[in-house]
Amino acid sequence: MIPDAWLPAAIVLTSLVPGLLIFLLGEERQVLRTLLNMAGALLKLALVGWLILGIYEGRTFESRLTIAPGLDLVLSADALSVLFVTLSSVLWLVTTVYAIGYLEHSPNRSRFFGFFSLCVSATVGLALSGNLMTFVIFYEALTLATYPLVAHRGTPEATRGARIYLAYTLGGGAVLLIGAVWLQALAGPVVFTQGGMLSGVSGEHEVQLVLIFVLLLTGLGVKAALVPLHGWLPQAMVAPAPVSALLHAVAVVKAGAFGIVRVVYDVYGVSLAESLGLLHLLAVLASVTIIYGSVRALSQDGLKKRLAYSTVSQVSYIALGASIFGPVATIGGVVHLVHQGIMKITLFFCAGNYAETLGVHRVSEMDGVGRRMPWTTLAFTVAALGMIGVPPLAGFVSKWYLGLGASEAGSDWVLIVLVASSLLNAAYFLPILFRAWFREAPARWPDEHIPAGRLETSGALLWPPLITGALALAAGLFAAAPASPLEWATLIARREYGL
Amino acid sequence: MIDWLVLAIAVPLLGSVVAAALPGRASAIGLATAVLTTGSALAASLVVAEGGSLRSDLGGWGAPLGIALAADGLSAALLVMSNLVALGISVYALDYFSGGVRRHFWPLWLLLWTSLNGVFLAADLFNVYVTLELLGISAAALGALSGRPDAVAANLRYLLVGLLGSMTYLLGVALLYTELGTLDIGLAAEALVPGPLAHTAFALMLGGLLLKAALFPLHFWLPPAHSQAPAAVSAALSALVVKAAVYLVLRLWMDLFGPVAGPGAGAMLGVLGAAAVVWGSWRAFRAERLKLLAAYSTVAQVGYLFLFFPLLAIAPPPEREALLGALVLLALTHGFAKAGLFLAAGLLQKRVGHDRIDELGPAIQSLPVVGLTLGLAGVALIGLPPSGTFIAKWILLAESIGAGQWWWAPVVLIGTLLASAYVYRLLANAFGPAAQAEPAAEGALAPIGRLAQAPALLMTLVAVVVLGLGGEPLWGLLEGVGP
Repeated sequence: MIPDAWLPAAIVLTSLVPGLLIFLLGEERQVLRTLLNMAGALLKLALVGWLILGIYEGRTFESRLTIAPGLDLVLSADALSVLFVTLSSVLWLVTTVYAIGYLEHSPNRSRFFGFFSLCVSATVGLALSGNLMTFVIFYEALTLATYPLVAHRGTPEATRGARIYLAYTLGGGAVLLIGAVWLQALAGPVVFTQGGMLSGVSGEHEVQLVLIFVLLLTGLGVKAALVPLHGWLPQAMVAPAPVSALLHAVAVVKAGAFGIVRVVYDVYGVSLAESLGLLHLLAVLASVTIIYGSVRALSQDGLKKRLAYSTVSQVSYIALGASIFGPVATIGGVVHLVHQGIMKITLFFCAGNYAETLGVHRVSEMDGVGRRMPWTTLAFTVAALGMIGVPPLAGFVSKWYLGLGASEAGSDWVLIVLVASSLLNAAYFLPILFRAWFREAPARWPDEHIPAGRLETSGALLWPPLITGALALAAGLFAAAPASPLEWATLIARREYGL
Repeated sequence: MIDWLVLAIAVPLLGSVVAAALPGRASAIGLATAVLTTGSALAASLVVAEGGSLRSDLGGWGAPLGIALAADGLSAALLVMSNLVALGISVYALDYFSGGVRRHFWPLWLLLWTSLNGVFLAADLFNVYVTLELLGISAAALGALSGRPDAVAANLRYLLVGLLGSMTYLLGVALLYTELGTLDIGLAAEALVPGPLAHTAFALMLGGLLLKAALFPLHFWLPPAHSQAPAAVSAALSALVVKAAVYLVLRLWMDLFGPVAGPGAGAMLGVLGAAAVVWGSWRAFRAERLKLLAAYSTVAQVGYLFLFFPLLAIAPPPEREALLGALVLLALTHGFAKAGLFLAAGLLQKRVGHDRIDELGPAIQSLPVVGLTLGLAGVALIGLPPSGTFIAKWILLAESIGAGQWWWAPVVLIGTLLASAYVYRLLANAFGPAAQAEPAAEGALAPIGRLAQAPALLMTLVAVVVLGLGGEPLWGLLEGVGP
């Protein structure tokens, strides 16, 4: 029986330890490496299940390590962190399968899977962080673990993309650090508390609190790709497809969005953030980002680049949900954390499949691809329609709650943003679907190297998008079922507003 | 009861003499001495950790007449770090030096070690001078070991600067002695009254030590000396010898000149430290050779240590303890990380015969362990989590904002970003597409043994993991240090 104090740490270690061991393995030890990866991923999932069960039974979990007087590394679990941990653990398992299939014959696989596991460890640690310092530590660790993944191919283009990525994220990390330290100097250890922890110090320090919020938002906004801090994201898509999938769905971008949610709800508290006028600032930034990302996505011919700009836009729905005062909008933002993850990872898996199977990298090359690869294209279609917000898919649920919350809060202009964004989403996704299903396929594909057999591509590449695509469908269809992401988001919102 | 303090100094001194007398067996004698010395130092520190402090009066002559040794938490912390790093360097040196150089290396190296332990354990001002002088001489001799003209020139300058520094220090000591009639630090502190004489002595002693600590703008001698020395020696110079001078500044600041050293002097040290952080990091970023980069990075890291002084000078007791712990943690982390960086640089230099940063890619890719070492050292130098530097910087930032001296924060920020830039320049090559070029160049790469790679990796691991996550006992060890 694992004691309660060990469970959060053990959840981080189930990917950290395999990651470190994988570094030590020789390049040719493929079987052992796969075994370590899968064992770690499955064990993590089992432990997360245990954690959820424990929280359901009302137990509390906390791992604590004092690293200096007054500075504690704390891993703990509340409703919000469980949501993010579950998302990362499930998607890590799927992505690991996909990555094993994707990188079958490429060099430096030990290095790749080592950093891949470290990346997930950092994400999970960040999700479980119980105070701001722990969050900052894992936030920086995430930067370090993902850099080698972006640079993995070693081409000049990859090196350049990785350098831009590093410049943005290290700069953002430094700003976040200053903000976090300043806040701690002002208010003592910043423990994440439902309903906020700053109500006691807000009186005479309003100006400082606003400045600190701007610093924190700048640091987090880099990873969350808020305009104008989004410049790295389209460059970083030079990474291998599984990395892009993970970066866009769970790890980096989501870490920033998750951090914004944490700061608004569990550090400042939504009422204080509202009274300081901070929510308004966030709402404007998020809205600008949503529209800007969608507009830029329209003109991209590279499939992954179009998806990257779509991420810029979609992730800001989470920030938008956090910026509207009222529990309904909060539900919409928090649930989109999950919904965007499963939809976007599906899209990137599919993009990777087109590239690996047929050498198709551009939207203009996708004519008739649906006939050659129907299952992949089906998954792509489900996820794309979900992104647009077609009922009953996952994205519809997010947008419904965001819209409802906005009109409840009297922010009707948000509805205009949502409608405009949905139209733009349709404008950049529907042409792809039209090409894929209804255009004539070319005589030969750009670079076909997995021939069509019983399956349209190799099994390890095909199953992950089908699974996540099915999840995207299920999250919408069964949104009202118990233990759905929506139910969980409702629970979180209720607790944050003390309802 | 065994007198570990005496052993920590006597063992390396004896080893040095024996190694000089039996040059054929210098390596074996050297390694045995290294292990025994480290053991004695660790034992002494353990006693301090349990009992609070240790004192030993040689030959039964107590203060003010005799030679006294003393250790408290501060000396113990630096003693542990220095001896572990020195042990690592000794293991590394087995493989690194060959033939004639090896014979010269060991007696000088053990002499340096003797004086280093002496500096940390000396309880009176004159012993401090003697050990400091010995440290400077043995360090300069080791630095010139290769015999190349540029190395000799750089280290001759290092020697002269070191002499100037210790002479200035000695002048201050003489002034104090004429006034107070004692050299024992504790007794002198009791008798010291603030006045022109005390201020002059303070200025002279501090000035001499700052020259040896290479605080901007007195750092000019460090980059050539540290970058021209053999890698094993550079590691000791940057990680340990400079730290000895910083340790003495801190020791005198707290234990002797408490009433004299006020916020003004603290602010001055802080400003110089800030300049060192920015200038040193910038020059490291512009450096073309890895060892020069490492040397300028030392200038910057010493600067960080002095950023603590303006805060120490005004902080009330609880904040003082937090600050002192962070300062020592930073010094220890830098010691391990910088030694690891220099040792790794030495391996790369051996591998390809040069240390031009832009051309090191293939060498790093062919030695993954060294690549990992460089990465970890980089994490510690930038101050990214979970390294000890991160914790220290966190406390430094929190305390400066808390004390209303927020202007140190942008200095730390600029230093951190510049450090990221210079570490990136080094490591960007590690992921380059040189894999296909490697087989052709394989013949040109010198073989590197596993044993030679181990010390550097272990040191950087200590800097990043052990000190970062397990540094908390340090504050307990330092409890009761200072006034």
